[in-house]
Amino acid sequence: MRKSALILAIAPLIFALSACSGDSGNTANTASTPGSNSTSSVNRNRWDTVKNRGQLICGVSGEVPGFSFVGTDGKYSGIDVDVCRAVAAALFDNPDAVEFRNLNSKERFTALQTGEVDILSRNTTWTLSRTTSVGLEFAPVVFYDGQAIMIRKNSGIKSLADLKDKAICVQTGTTTEQNLADQMRKRNITYKPVVFEDVNITFATYAEGRCDGITADRSALVARRSILPKPEDNVILDEVISSEPLAPAVAKGDNKWADTVKWVVYALVKAEELGINSQNIAQFATSSDPDIKRFLGTEGNLGEGLGLTNDFAARIIKHVGNYSEIYDRNLGPKTKLNLPRGQNQLWSKGGLLYSPPFR
Amino acid sequence: MTNMKSLWRDRRFWQIAGQLLAVFLAVAIVTILWGNLNRNLQQLGIQFGFDFLKQQASFDIGETLITYKPTDTYSRALWVGLVNSLRIAVTGIFLTTIVGISAGIARLSDNWLVRNIALVYVEIFRNTPLLLQLLFWYFAVFLGFPKVESKISLWGLVYLSQNGIQFPWFTLSPEFSALLLGLTFYTGAFIAEIVRGGIQSVPKGQWEAARSLGLKPGLVMRLVIFPQALRVIIPPLTSQYLNLTKNSSLAIAIGYPDIYFVASTTFNQTGRAVEVILLIMLTYLTLSLTISIVMNLFNRTVQIKER
Repeated sequence: MRKSALILAIAPLIFALSACSGDSGNTANTASTPGSNSTSSVNRNRWDTVKNRGQLICGVSGEVPGFSFVGTDGKYSGIDVDVCRAVAAALFDNPDAVEFRNLNSKERFTALQTGEVDILSRNTTWTLSRTTSVGLEFAPVVFYDGQAIMIRKNSGIKSLADLKDKAICVQTGTTTEQNLADQMRKRNITYKPVVFEDVNITFATYAEGRCDGITADRSALVARRSILPKPEDNVILDEVISSEPLAPAVAKGDNKWADTVKWVVYALVKAEELGINSQNIAQFATSSDPDIKRFLGTEGNLGEGLGLTNDFAARIIKHVGNYSEIYDRNLGPKTKLNLPRGQNQLWSKGGLLYSPPFR
Repeated sequence: MTNMKSLWRDRRFWQIAGQLLAVFLAVAIVTILWGNLNRNLQQLGIQFGFDFLKQQASFDIGETLITYKPTDTYSRALWVGLVNSLRIAVTGIFLTTIVGISAGIARLSDNWLVRNIALVYVEIFRNTPLLLQLLFWYFAVFLGFPKVESKISLWGLVYLSQNGIQFPWFTLSPEFSALLLGLTFYTGAFIAEIVRGGIQSVPKGQWEAARSLGLKPGLVMRLVIFPQALRVIIPPLTSQYLNLTKNSSLAIAIGYPDIYFVASTTFNQTGRAVEVILLIMLTYLTLSLTISIVMNLFNRTVQIKER
């Protein structure tokens, strides 16, 4: 008994000691690694890893309808899912060459850092600290969102101020948790956060009546409301308390891989700008417009610059469609969510979506 | 030469050499792992370090025993979590001891009903997962209570509602209450079995001798049997206290902000996986060792003193 306690007691000591020696030996280690790059570097050759594997591994939530959700038929759907399909279409000419991994908000960054997933497409807010200290490289925003609060219709709550001293359900590990604290601090409103790790439990607790309000990205609230016991009894307050640009991300380290993902997203937007969609793409094959020709790869060699085929954009649009097709399919008026496009409209129509030139 | 030979044959030499080898191996393994970690972090462009603890946490915590506001640092937030953990561990250990000893003694009761109620309790709570029980306490019991406006009154002293258990001078949140009761009854079932085993290990002659002195059954248990049973009970009881303390980290499932919970949030906001995991490990190691040491001291006082 006593001996084992002693060993336990000195374990941290050994740990601490080796920490020092590890630090000093570090430069030597890096100097001697060139030969063993492939094993130690998780992300340096991500592009090659994906290409050689013949399949994309994509981290999603799987729990947010419209963004990433597993249907009763076991199939994934949603805007985040379609982004991954678009990347697979560009790389392999096959939108189904994707393996989806469900990640919760806590697991997501580690999964990316350790190379367990190639891309994180999981309604994740693009922030400064996530690009610096967490080591993420964000692709362009695929959905401009804002944080909101949902309450029960019969609660008499009309604005944030009415939530004084009330309990608000929050999911941990999200930017929403910090935004809520910021907002309430700014407005001098005291409140009681009830915080959970699991999104299902967060919403279940709200549904049980423990919390007077629940906060999340507006889109997530709309999406989750659709699967609450009585959706119509819940309303989302008009106040938007933060801006949440949701974007796919890859781990830093492989620029070629990051560029590929970025330009796949741009291609979706560009196609909508050019009026090209999965239905009419064949008609554009003979177009004489140089912009369209370059985009579809019938002229120039833009795709090769990314290590892809020149017709990579055409592949994406053929298999997955352009941005508006993806939006309408997952979030548009024909879906249960029926989210107006708002900021997620092309710049030319008053929105924020804009693609740099394909030239 | 003969010196060397005798050295090779010396048992003590081999004992020391073995220890040294073990230490060397341990240090070597940890150094390799550490170097590997550093290299990988460097390639990911992430710096190892604990500076982030001084940054502003900017998230709120629902339950705090010490003052805390979102403008405080991550280290302050972690303290809040640690205090919350200690609160659950200390009250949990106290309550579970009472529950466990009562149920353990009840298991040996002459009364059929008492005996079998204890049996059903022990078997149900020992044989279902703790996480399931916690979710049950939280969702079925505490969130099943009425809203605060129509709270249930127990003799006008204690009120039950979705806001928790309200005593005249303080309120226990549903998250804390669910975790406390979950841990107490789960661990209590194991302790009941330990207590039963301990009591049964006391030779029958002790019962007979005590009774022949004219002691009443309650006194027989308190003065003769239980003190002797403690010798058998305490070592496994220590394990149960450790289990309770470590299992309190399941708080994360039902939203009670303990140290594991706050550390998870910290890790999430900062991306400092390795540092935070190290902190969590160190914290639980310290808690566990403290309980171990206290219980070992206690154990020494109840052991038979050979004279």
